[in-house]
Amino acid sequence: MADQTLDAKGLNCPLPILKAKKALKGMEAGKVLEILSTDPGSVADFAAFCNQTGNELLSSNTAGDVYTFEIKRA
Amino acid sequence: MLDTMDNTKSMSIIVTKGTLDWAYPPFILATTAAAMDVDVTMFFTFYGLGLLKKDLDLKISTLGNPAMEMPMMGMHMKMPNLVSAIPGVDRMATTMMKNLIKKKGVASIPDLREAAVESDVKMVACQMTLDLFELDQKDLIPDITLGGAATYMEGALKADINLYI
Repeated sequence: MADQTLDAKGLNCPLPILKAKKALKGMEAGKVLEILSTDPGSVADFAAFCNQTGNELLSSNTAGDVYTFEIKRA
Repeated sequence: MLDTMDNTKSMSIIVTKGTLDWAYPPFILATTAAAMDVDVTMFFTFYGLGLLKKDLDLKISTLGNPAMEMPMMGMHMKMPNLVSAIPGVDRMATTMMKNLIKKKGVASIPDLREAAVESDVKMVACQMTLDLFELDQKDLIPDITLGGAATYMEGALKADINLYI
C-alpha cells in the first residue's frame, strides 16, 4: 500500500516529524509514506502536522509499542 | 523567505540562552515549525549567540536550578547549590545529560541546527552582542545574517508567533 516506509523507531520529538517531512519532500503528490515510531507523542504530532501542512493522514494505528502512520503527500 | 505570500504563517524566536538544555526549545520549535511550512526567523542575542559557533561545546549547570532532577539508578537526583559549585560537577552533569540524550533518541543540538539550516530557517546574529563579547563572525556558521533590533522588529511585527527563550 505505502510507496515508501520511514523507520523512526527509537527517535524522540521532533525527529520523527523532521524525517517525515524530509521523506515527503522527495515524494510525488499522491504517494503514500508509511512511518513507524515508538514515540507516544507522535500520535498527536502527526495529526497536527497533517492538519497544518495539508498532507492527508490516511491511518494512525498502534500495535504494542509501535505506532504506524500513513500519510498521503499533498 | 516566503514572506510575500499572504497565507504563509511566520514565527520569530529570540534566543538568549546558550546552555545545552536551553538550546533545545528554540531549535526544536524552529525545525518543527519549518517542517510545518512556517517561515521561521531566529534572532540570537547575548548568550544565545554562542549557539551559532562552528564548534559547539555546550554545557549545562545545575547551579541555581532547583527544579533539575537527573535520573540516576532508578532514582532522581537533585543537586544542592553547594555541591554544584564544586569544580567538575557541571562537567559531570553535562556528561550525564549527553548520555541521556543519546540513550533516549533525542537529536543533538548540532543535528537540529543543521536541520534548521537545511529547512531555510533564517538565523540572525545580533551585531551588538558580537561587538560586546568581542566575537568574530568567522567563528560562526556561514548560514547566518547579521542584524539588530530593527531587523528583528521588522519581521516580528508581521509574524504570527513571537517567542522569547
